[in-house]
Amino acid sequence: MEQIYDVAIIGAGVTGAMLAHKLAKYKLRCAVIEAGCDVASGATRANSAIVHAGFDAANGTLKAALNAKGCAQMPELAHQLDVPYKNNTSLVVAFGEEDEQTLNVLLERGRNNGVPGLRIIGKKELHELEPNLSPDATAALLAPTAGIICPYELTMAAAENACINGCEFFFNRRVDAIEAGDVITVRAGEFSLRARYVANCAGVHSDELARMVDPDFPIRLIPRRGEYMILDKAEGKTASATLFMVPSKAGKGILVSPTVDGNLLVGPNAHEVSCKDDTSTTAPGLDEISAGARRLVPSVNLRAVITSFSGVRPTPTTDDFHIQPSVKAKNFLNLVGIESPGLASSPAVADYAVDMLVSMGLELEKKDNYNPYRTENGHMRKPFRELSDAEKAELCKREPAYGKIICRCETITEGDILAAIHRPLGAKTIDMVKLRTRAGMGRCQGGFCSPRVAELLSRELNVPLDAITKRGCGSKLLYGKTK
Amino acid sequence: MDFDTQKKLVIVGGGPAGLAAALEANRQGIAPDDILIIERDRELGGILNQCIHAGFGLHMFGEELSGPEYSGRFIEDVKKAGIGYVTNSMVLSVSDDRIVTFVSPEMGFVRMKAGAVVLCTGCRERTRGALNIPGTRPAGIYSAGTAQRFVNMEGYMPGKKVVILGSGDIGLIMARRMTLEGAKVLRVCELMPYSGGLARNIAQCLDDFGIPLYLSHTVTEIRGTERVEGVTISKVDENRRPIPGTEEYVECDTLLLSVGLIPENEVAKSAGIQLDRVTGGAVVNQYNETSVPGIFACGNTLHVHDLVDFVTKEAYMAGASAAKFVQNGGKFGEDDKDCGEISCRATGGVRYIVPQKIVKSTKAPEELKFFFRVDNIYKKVKIELRCGGETIKSVSKRSVAPGEMESLVLNAADCAKVYDKNAGELEITLVQNA
Repeated sequence: MEQIYDVAIIGAGVTGAMLAHKLAKYKLRCAVIEAGCDVASGATRANSAIVHAGFDAANGTLKAALNAKGCAQMPELAHQLDVPYKNNTSLVVAFGEEDEQTLNVLLERGRNNGVPGLRIIGKKELHELEPNLSPDATAALLAPTAGIICPYELTMAAAENACINGCEFFFNRRVDAIEAGDVITVRAGEFSLRARYVANCAGVHSDELARMVDPDFPIRLIPRRGEYMILDKAEGKTASATLFMVPSKAGKGILVSPTVDGNLLVGPNAHEVSCKDDTSTTAPGLDEISAGARRLVPSVNLRAVITSFSGVRPTPTTDDFHIQPSVKAKNFLNLVGIESPGLASSPAVADYAVDMLVSMGLELEKKDNYNPYRTENGHMRKPFRELSDAEKAELCKREPAYGKIICRCETITEGDILAAIHRPLGAKTIDMVKLRTRAGMGRCQGGFCSPRVAELLSRELNVPLDAITKRGCGSKLLYGKTK
Repeated sequence: MDFDTQKKLVIVGGGPAGLAAALEANRQGIAPDDILIIERDRELGGILNQCIHAGFGLHMFGEELSGPEYSGRFIEDVKKAGIGYVTNSMVLSVSDDRIVTFVSPEMGFVRMKAGAVVLCTGCRERTRGALNIPGTRPAGIYSAGTAQRFVNMEGYMPGKKVVILGSGDIGLIMARRMTLEGAKVLRVCELMPYSGGLARNIAQCLDDFGIPLYLSHTVTEIRGTERVEGVTISKVDENRRPIPGTEEYVECDTLLLSVGLIPENEVAKSAGIQLDRVTGGAVVNQYNETSVPGIFACGNTLHVHDLVDFVTKEAYMAGASAAKFVQNGGKFGEDDKDCGEISCRATGGVRYIVPQKIVKSTKAPEELKFFFRVDNIYKKVKIELRCGGETIKSVSKRSVAPGEMESLVLNAADCAKVYDKNAGELEITLVQNA
């Protein structure tokens, strides 16, 4: 007989994956249904990768309550799930008196939101901390709890942990119908599954899903695109803290930040787009973020750009997170408008959603055999390039595949790639290997390694080379054999 | 720093430069088993293995060979001489005291102390990211070299309807190659008002196949969600900025990029070697020695060459110098004493010069060779080498182009003149309308 899931989560972005991770502790049958071929296929993949401290959101909002809590959970969670995280602090940089007044507002707001350690620093201390900062900068709000993290790494880690604890994942299934009832049926084309509770974590599309259950669902998501550029690792030390401009109505403005991987990130702008999946970049947009970055750091070396990308934020008409059961279906939980600081808030958003599910009637009983880590055997093995010389020597001896470098820019070995293919929710496409190992993320952008990665995928998954795609569906790499 | 083993000479990279450097060092008396070539790929030969077109070897052998035939001759000689090599092995770093750290599936993790090191790591292609072309990020955007590997090594077609951006030699070669394999190459766009490739390649790879070359044009947008669906092409002004209103949308499934080569110098950086901002390669003296004593560089890692024949010749010089360095305890000859240096300055339309400096010893050398490129197309010019206010050598040329590497050789008498000037600098310059 068909099994009924206790909880079905729609969407494997950071919100859905974190909820799956939090529910994995309990004796529940859970499933995650995802439209893309991988976790983190939407807004989670392309954002500023910042663990915001929590001074931006207006006092009393759900955003305000969950941001500071999420930020506080992040260091321990990142350690437990082997996600690179750095508490690099953040600075909101003021240029002149008007900006400095805004800093005071942010300071006051942050203290009310429960953000610890906030203080305003003067010009001298600011320039000692960040020598490359514009000489026109006059003061800054320092947030000691802010950090940087890789958003898709966090999402993969949370999903993998859920997976090894029994949560099932269904990819390439774009939900197109939901039938409410005591047991909800979720459909995606031919595919369907039934669950007693459903959590709608569908990111930019979550308002549409909410309306499948309740046509009068009032919140609309306005897709706002943000464009970014990534600079070579040689520029990664341009800033040590995350440097923000003073925020305006359009968002937190353009930032300059190191990434956990040691690159420099510049962006985003914020422009409404007509299509929620339009993650293209534009020439004026790239010019705009270049100008913004130069205002913060005049010496920023924009010739060292290795790639540009954009992400679409699910900006709600209400300007706050909405985590409530649907008024039409008491067992259907909407998580709508989880835009920035959705990444920083994600652990707290998930806790809040679990509490909400309990209030909706879900019963929780702790598992005896819960594995809190990312692999069956505890912590994940470090990638080859992060090992000491002695560890590298030992590993090469034991497993010769680690002695074969595939991606030379990032020093990724065949062993690293095989591990990424064969681990839970393992890689099936070039981009999935890239996200899991960094192969192809360096300065040659996959020029040398992508044919090799395609070959390894073909061999390990036992599919023809021309069936390998960049990121699933029609993104094929090759058009058959030569003559 | 600790090490596990040692060799007199370690050569990083087993392409044409590495093979020639090893052979020459061996000819100069370094025993074959005292040499180790470390090659990243499955076999020796480097990028030539995927260059199955003809056109290699005219200067070296007086005949037109394919890439694999050209490298094959050197590989055979290396094997015959018994010179040591490892494949599938990658150098992670070289320290300034010449400890080479590499990994290999057969040998594992190795730290090898070298008497001398020759860097022959070649170059890589510039990417879409470096150009910052706006648009979507679908499958179907390849550097020309990656496409070449898929077609010639793996036997697969990277696309059927192709636009090529950049008229560098690999782009031109791939225009022909893809056409021969049944793909439709719609056009080649070049940002500059002239091609960066060899004139013979434009004739043989584009003109012969009726493929149009659009000079002063670039790709300003890429479209397609999963696979490339088309690109927007715009004309550019004299400052290389797209001219609004000139946009034209071209439907295609593939965009190949042939927009320049960058010397691969990650290993050089690990040793703290000084790099030239123009070439992207190491700063070297006339012995091809970098700023770190005993570490040499040659081939495309030093500066991007137009013809492999010149890579081979340069590598012979580097191999000979490395051999001398090992044999003479860190010196290049009996006269080798620190007598100061002459820096080489590129002026008046010359973009760069290799070597960047001449280290002087007590006696003037028998010969000095300079390699350089110009920054534009010039007709009827004189190339002049000047030192201490005097023109030492002057060569007339009907035309010079950025796509072709130029050279200048000073004989013993000219070298003596340069020495006699006691100047700290020499310059190579173009004199126009001469």
